[in-house]
Amino acid sequence: MAHKTVSLRNPYSVVLLCLTLIMYPLAAWSELVIRVTQGNDQPTVVAVSPMIMSGVQLAEDISAIVESDLQRSGLFKTIPRANMLAFPSEPADVYFRDWRLLGSEYLIVGSVSLLTEGALELSFSLLNVNAQKTVFKHSVKGVEGQLRDLAHLASDKIYEEITGIRGAFSTRLAYVTAKQKDGRLVYRLNVSDSDGAREKIMLKSSEPIMSPAWSPLGDELAYVSFETGRPAIFRQSLTTAARKQLTNFRGLNGAPSWSPDGKKLALVLSKDGNPEIYILDLESSKFARMTRHFAIDTEPTWTPDGKSLLFTSDRGGTPQIYKLTVATKAVQRITFQGNYNARPSLAPDGRTLVVVHRASGVFHIATLDLVTGRMLELTETRLDESPTVAPNGAMVIYATKQGDRGILSAVSLDAGVKYFLPAKSGDVREPAWSPFLR
Amino acid sequence: MNISANKFGLPILCLSALLAGCSTAPVDETTSTIEDTTVQTASLEMEMEMEAEKAAAMAEAAAESVNSADTVFYFAFDKAVLSDDSRAALIENAQFLMSNPRAVRLEGHADERGTREYNMALGERRANAVKDFMILQGVSGSMIEVVSYGEERAASFGSNAGAWSMNRRVELK
Repeated sequence: MAHKTVSLRNPYSVVLLCLTLIMYPLAAWSELVIRVTQGNDQPTVVAVSPMIMSGVQLAEDISAIVESDLQRSGLFKTIPRANMLAFPSEPADVYFRDWRLLGSEYLIVGSVSLLTEGALELSFSLLNVNAQKTVFKHSVKGVEGQLRDLAHLASDKIYEEITGIRGAFSTRLAYVTAKQKDGRLVYRLNVSDSDGAREKIMLKSSEPIMSPAWSPLGDELAYVSFETGRPAIFRQSLTTAARKQLTNFRGLNGAPSWSPDGKKLALVLSKDGNPEIYILDLESSKFARMTRHFAIDTEPTWTPDGKSLLFTSDRGGTPQIYKLTVATKAVQRITFQGNYNARPSLAPDGRTLVVVHRASGVFHIATLDLVTGRMLELTETRLDESPTVAPNGAMVIYATKQGDRGILSAVSLDAGVKYFLPAKSGDVREPAWSPFLR
Repeated sequence: MNISANKFGLPILCLSALLAGCSTAPVDETTSTIEDTTVQTASLEMEMEMEAEKAAAMAEAAAESVNSADTVFYFAFDKAVLSDDSRAALIENAQFLMSNPRAVRLEGHADERGTREYNMALGERRANAVKDFMILQGVSGSMIEVVSYGEERAASFGSNAGAWSMNRRVELK
């Protein structure tokens, strides 16, 4: 189905400093601004003709959103609108020669139409300029307030057609911010689109908030809040904002992780003296203890089959990743390279393990191929932590420091593409990438 | 665009109200009430004098029992071993607590290096090291609560060795 497969396996591509400031119209209340710093060295060139609604000024520039989505992936370069000779909205209006002269390999044309009162349809076509052919014509429907959603859905479809990889632009991010106010830190748990737009505050507190984790359906978050004066795990619906406290034990109540079927939470409790991994059955509210060791056991994450947990333990003297089979509670060490490997998460392929890895005193995000045992450092910054993998496995978002400020940054799993998502003010940390939402 | 950015406004408001409620100071019970207005002036003055003397004596006793030992204990990177200085200060603190029993809280902290949940565990390990030492000195374990903040509550902001050494700590409260 892929017409052209853009290589994602290009580990040491020449650093292409795009230095493109993508300044598409973010809503006034969004806090993250994205800056692409390194893209693929042979990006596919696409042109996105303005997709408008005849006679109506739309609240969002759909084509600009699609352009920034494609650019952010690092796999595409877009033709500036100012260079376009015409703005076709139908394949029939396209003069392929114009676009070939601009060096465009693909062209996207489309338009928005009103179906009924408030209901809109975005129809768009992907054209192969060199073959002078329409690759597909597609449409997505929504209501007036969903123009950004429609644009991201179009990006998903185009990205999948050209790369062969499912697009993840319609996904969301959860993250924690901390801002000084009157000499005190104010903590917020936020949810935004994957491009940082449409930020919503889920929780605001004068006490720390930690470790947001998405439910597998993407409709709930579990997280740690200190609002009671102690760490406690809560779950909160994204649709109703209703929340419920799940744990209230002495000691640590932390590191929640939803099972793939959404019925259980793996978490950490130290009520018995030191941190141990437990599984909470959300229906019966019963806790099952999984580990039994005097060392630190923390940061559990599920394997995609729901049968095992990966977690961090210093039972061998330094923090390393271990695998626990839930049925037998058998534990097996996974990482051996270096003296600090923590915070495991598995890419959707089930074989690429993403960890925080310390090398020469500096904390990087690294991947370990569980089949070949090969380790790859993805980042050069220091103090990198909290990696979270996109549901399509293309990118990892993580937290790092820029000067003394906490920012989010993204890197592709082959380390070839990089971008920053700094907050406009304050610290931003602990990103959690949602699952696919449809 | 007509997206309700205020969808979560109400619950947040409720929560803040709840949190604000918690911090309400207890009613001041030392406020004096005058019940009998028929008391003679002389005897009232005498009573007031006696009260003042009593208050002064109590203040003096309170000053004597102020604990002057350090209540913040620092640690080496990735370690939960008490330094000699910390041990000396903890012995003083323990003796004071045994003669002036009260419930205390040990807040464990880590520097920003390493992952957040691992640092939560590290902060707790440090606070437990302090707790164990205090119990050895005779303080009742039931009077001590341990809470780890990991790297979430830095004492010193900044990403350098100086700030990190200030942040690897346990605070006795």
